[in-house]
Amino acid sequence: MIWNTMQLALREIRFNLMRSILTALGIIIGVAAVIVIVTLGGGATARVTSDISSLGRNLIIVVPGKRGPSGREQGTPFELQDANAILEEVDGVAGVAPTATKSITVIYGNESWSTSIHGTNNGYMGVREWALAAGRAFTRGEERSGRAVCVIGETIRRELFGFQNPIGATIRADNIPCEVIGLLEPKGTATFGTDQDDLVVTPLRTFQRRISGNRDISMIFVSAAAAEMTTKVQNDIQTLLRQRRGIRDNEQEDFEVENLQEITKVVESTTGVLTALLSAVAMVSLIVGGIGIMNIMLVSVTERTREIGIRLAIGALERDVLLQFLVEAMMLSLAGGIAGILFGLFVSFWLSEALNLPFILNVPIVLIAVVFSAFVGIVFGFFPARRAARLNPIDALRYE
Amino acid sequence: MALISLRNITKVYGQGDAQVIALDNIHMTISDGEFVAVMGPSGSGKSTCMNILGCLDTPTSGSYRFQDMEVTTLDQNQRALLRRNFLGFVFQGYNLLKRTTARENLELPLVYRGVPAKERHERADHVLELVGLEDRGHHTSAELSGGQQQRVAIARAIITSPLLLLADEPTGNLDSQRSLEIMNLLARLNEEQGITIVMVTHEADMAEFAKRVITFRDGHIAQDTAEAEAVAP
Ligand SMILES: Nc1ncnc2c1ncn2[C@@H]1O[C@H](COP(=O)(O)OP(=O)(O)OP(=O)(O)O)[C@@H](O)[C@H]1O
Ligand SMILES: [Mg+2]
Repeated sequence: MIWNTMQLALREIRFNLMRSILTALGIIIGVAAVIVIVTLGGGATARVTSDISSLGRNLIIVVPGKRGPSGREQGTPFELQDANAILEEVDGVAGVAPTATKSITVIYGNESWSTSIHGTNNGYMGVREWALAAGRAFTRGEERSGRAVCVIGETIRRELFGFQNPIGATIRADNIPCEVIGLLEPKGTATFGTDQDDLVVTPLRTFQRRISGNRDISMIFVSAAAAEMTTKVQNDIQTLLRQRRGIRDNEQEDFEVENLQEITKVVESTTGVLTALLSAVAMVSLIVGGIGIMNIMLVSVTERTREIGIRLAIGALERDVLLQFLVEAMMLSLAGGIAGILFGLFVSFWLSEALNLPFILNVPIVLIAVVFSAFVGIVFGFFPARRAARLNPIDALRYE
Repeated sequence: MALISLRNITKVYGQGDAQVIALDNIHMTISDGEFVAVMGPSGSGKSTCMNILGCLDTPTSGSYRFQDMEVTTLDQNQRALLRRNFLGFVFQGYNLLKRTTARENLELPLVYRGVPAKERHERADHVLELVGLEDRGHHTSAELSGGQQQRVAIARAIITSPLLLLADEPTGNLDSQRSLEIMNLLARLNEEQGITIVMVTHEADMAEFAKRVITFRDGHIAQDTAEAEAVAP
């Protein structure tokens, strides 16, 4: 009986191919939309998280000034002694890189490029987990004497040197000649838009003497020895710097200690909310698809009222008719659901590639989408069919 | 024993001004094994009566007993079971499934009765032969002539060997040669298998095959040869 019913259903689907495809289309699009949105959302979250951790592991960033309602307020810059104090007095600190930054133009031959120059020490590469692709880092002597040497990022190499070897060449940074001694590994463009490879790194001493002309430190990078210690290190730095900057207990500090782990959490929860929101939109599209299915099912059942009458007259019971429509709706929904999954996976795989996001499949959402669409198809196929199956056979037969 | 017993059956269509009394207080008793012809002018209520007998429609009032079972109080499902177990119906307008082959149309009643495929095929072959359509089994309804469709409809009604065969103008679209063949077939089913037959017809020739003729007029039974015999000894 069930085999016969399935054959019957298949035949009906085949006879009304266009209508069947339209019915399934609602499900296909709904399921595919949910899969694409959730997959891309998951990929974006993973990408942002990995971008943030690519800034450096267990990284803590100390900056002067406080984020206020109208942007960042200026604060007194740090001094080199602040950085040294952090290294010496705070437990669990693996490395400290006091850094000063300035926007400059670098020139080599006929090429010029606007970028920023960072004055710091060798610790910078360690704290930011940045390996050298070629050349070497600063020597102790170069750091102490403030020689005009620099390590450049991949973008600078590309823009100034093209296919030439940059190591040993001398570039001009704001008219100061500077020997290139090292090339950093590329890190790529982060999701938040900044090109991490667009920088020149020079010893802090060199920077202060030749470029900025003052002793200000605009940022201190600190790496904690272990992930569990970041919060403690963060708090200790806060306490230490409050003391050193003479801030009273009831006063707000004029600097900020940012823990990248916490930022990662915030970003994760933000993109999580965003994904949930988009999923809600996708669910709406699934519901709209469901209404389409409902319409077509209603039309299809109404159109076949006469057929239902004939079946009832020659020996079908109400449940035979219901079973037939149920199997038909189920087959359609299932086919639509599977096609929707394949289509959704294909599109999200393709978009992930195009947008350079990792492809992360959210299996529960896929299942929910399929179950929901099947449910819609079955419910909306079931009720009109039941109405028809309960008609007096003669009324069904007379139905035009 | 009375197979069918209609008492005070009335069927009213529509309401108010558009009201039509299709059957007006009908009494009718049909015994097991009878072959009854129903005649009467168009619109006299023959099809209405057949639909009620076939449990396809319910009367507005009155009592219908089938094998001593009151049909009018049965629910949908019980009536469907009654149709499945005892009845065969040939519609005035054939009512074959569209886009479905003659053979599939024939086998469908057997599918609902849970007959295995092999037996279905054999019985379909058999009834196709009875109605002279051996070579048309694989044609869809649309590919058959009116007369051929009518014969498929008859074959579909008899394939289940019903207790009661209800046929609404089964020969309406056939030439006299075919009509005679079909009538012989029905007479044989009645004789050999004891199938009770109630058949609507407009043609006196066809009515001759029946042992009893009931004539309808304006929703009444104008004449019933069985009663006439009883009255005139
Ligand atoms: N569904 C309906 N709605 C309203 N009136 C109907 C309906 N069916 C039949 N009638 C009316 O009931 C009356 C009897 O109709 P019925 O179909 O029983 O006639 P009939 O004797 O079978 O005629 P014919 O020989 O033309 O088939 C007719 O007057 C018809 O108009
Ligand atoms: Mg009629």
